[in-house]
Amino acid sequence: MPTFIKYEAGRFSLVEDCFTKAADDEDLPRGDVIISLNRFSNDGDRLLGEGRSVGVRLEPHEDAAALAYDLPRIAVVALAFPGYRDGRAYTSARLLRERFGYKGEVRAVGDVLREQAQFMVRCGFDAFEPADGSTPQDWQQAAQRFRHVYQRAADGRTPAFVERKE
Amino acid sequence: MYRYDTIDKEFLADRATEFRGQVARRLAGEITEDQFKPLRLMNGLYLQLHAYMLRIAIPYGSLNPTQLRKLAWIARTYDKGYGHFTTRTNLQFHWIRLADAPDILDHLASVDMHAIQTSGNCIRNTTADPWAGATPEEIDDPRVWSEAIRQWSSLHPEFSFLPRKFKIAITASAKDRTAARVHDIGLAIKRNRQGAMGFEVMVGGGLGATPYVGPTIREFLPAARLVSYLEAILRVYNRLGRRDNRTKARIKILVASLGAEEFGRQVEAEWEAMGPGSDLPDTELARIRAAFAPTAFETLPARSAAFEAAKGSDPAFARFVRNNVKPHKVPGYGIVEVSLKAIGETPGDATAKQMEVIADLGERYGQDDIRVTHEQNLVLPHVKLDDLPTVHAALAAAGLATPNINLISDIIACPGLDYCALANARAIPVAQHIAERFRDQDRAELIGELKIKISGCINACGHHHVGHIGILGVDKKGEEFYQLTLGGSGAEDASVGKVLGPALPANRVAEAIDTMVEVYLAQRQDGERFLDTLRRTGAAPFKEAVYADVH
Repeated sequence: MPTFIKYEAGRFSLVEDCFTKAADDEDLPRGDVIISLNRFSNDGDRLLGEGRSVGVRLEPHEDAAALAYDLPRIAVVALAFPGYRDGRAYTSARLLRERFGYKGEVRAVGDVLREQAQFMVRCGFDAFEPADGSTPQDWQQAAQRFRHVYQRAADGRTPAFVERKE
Repeated sequence: MYRYDTIDKEFLADRATEFRGQVARRLAGEITEDQFKPLRLMNGLYLQLHAYMLRIAIPYGSLNPTQLRKLAWIARTYDKGYGHFTTRTNLQFHWIRLADAPDILDHLASVDMHAIQTSGNCIRNTTADPWAGATPEEIDDPRVWSEAIRQWSSLHPEFSFLPRKFKIAITASAKDRTAARVHDIGLAIKRNRQGAMGFEVMVGGGLGATPYVGPTIREFLPAARLVSYLEAILRVYNRLGRRDNRTKARIKILVASLGAEEFGRQVEAEWEAMGPGSDLPDTELARIRAAFAPTAFETLPARSAAFEAAKGSDPAFARFVRNNVKPHKVPGYGIVEVSLKAIGETPGDATAKQMEVIADLGERYGQDDIRVTHEQNLVLPHVKLDDLPTVHAALAAAGLATPNINLISDIIACPGLDYCALANARAIPVAQHIAERFRDQDRAELIGELKIKISGCINACGHHHVGHIGILGVDKKGEEFYQLTLGGSGAEDASVGKVLGPALPANRVAEAIDTMVEVYLAQRQDGERFLDTLRRTGAAPFKEAVYADVH
């Protein structure tokens, strides 16, 4: 089985991926699947009815709000980075966590590099499919590089302006 | 000057450590130049025509003498003994070795400086009024808000990969010295009828290939809500800004395509949904305000005998005062503009020695405060009139007393083809020719305020669109030509200049400007600046004169 990096309770570790990804023009495999928003709108109810875990892949231009009502039934939201320079998924991740209160997995897929670790974790990502061969140790290091942060974000880290009052 | 606390210092130290690791990986060949590029760009390191260029952030253009001395030391140790102040009030070193960059960042961090977000598609250095804390015109000190923005924008997790770079300016006076209306966001500090403080918010101004004067999307934003409102603007931009075409990716294109009203509506909706969670508490704003080193002004008479005597006896000093010294809010003090536009020199360049002279003057006579202006000059904002003759003499000895602020030779120019890989044409020699031609100081003063701005390519780093006279370098079959624009302004009366006519060869530019100056002098009415006359007469008489002998 393919592996990916999961972030839980402050630790990055390698875990097996029990989800299979299916593009819109592919037959649906058995078991737990990650499918497009479009396919989810068509087949989501049926697949969930079969007792499968279902994940949805959002492209950068797709609005996270489109999933708002379905989020409690969705196991994974995979946010796509077609290139690391495309930063729209950061906004989607924060909206999922902060506005829609999503508790499931938010996974970064595509051009995912260790240098983005802190940004991603701060925006609420907790699963990563690195494209640069980086290891959980690399991610651990990159995500913990900075002892302080200046903003409130989805990770609940104490921002500098609160830290200063303590 | 905002004094960094432990948190601010540790943040910079962590950044320097991170970059050292990245450079080590590059030098060891573990990553390719392609993979390294995004990493170095996040630390202000560009690969230019001849060498690496390191752009050091000078947050809102504010420096203390220790920092300026450190920059001088870096110039001498790692570069060729000089640096270039930019229109973003940063400092560029053009001759840096990659292997030295990590050490330079450590040295910078030791004086609370860095190169974070001086490049890349992120929130860049904020421009603030260089007269902050000194001018009687201001409603509040814009540095407090600029510092709040510096912190909020530093490694912002959501907004570090925007469609394009993003620049914010804050002005706090009716007279705008920040070019706020041609920034991605321009903020003007205001008071409402009830006396409460807030911001007028302008969005979507910009220069480059498609210049826009930014429309106001909110007349009055309560000051305490600044950060969340910025966050809402950036979020709308991050989601909807174009990413398919780099030249259409700035927020100005989004605002223009949606219309200011619709863009504003989306921002308000996002802001509403977002709530005040990201706003700084009043206690933190008060802490930032208090973290600025206090200025200790003496109670002095408004009139200084030493100052008046020097003006009477030394015409050079009197000229310097007329052009470079501005009224201060405290009686007996003046704001001193230090021109980096000596005739024949590169606009914005300062040698290590000059930086040290200014650092010393700032320390002895200027309350440890030094500013950089977006027009590429420096400012000693708090000098006693009594000390001005001494300060002037020291500046003059270092070649820093050019009395030309806002005059025709106070030219903004980008580095151009002499340094920059993007440029089509040189900008610096053109600026030098023009300055030489108007070397006569009496004539320059007679002409009065005339802002010339030169860009070596359409990216418009030299702000040519908002020059009273703008000059744009273009490449015509391998030859450098220059297109003139007339009638731009980056001030509170912001406007984008219009192209005068066919581009001119390099050797005709200074002459054409001289011709236009003569038209202005012949046409001007009482008290009119070049720009005022031009706005009254239109461009026709200027165009006719410039192209007369061509026909």
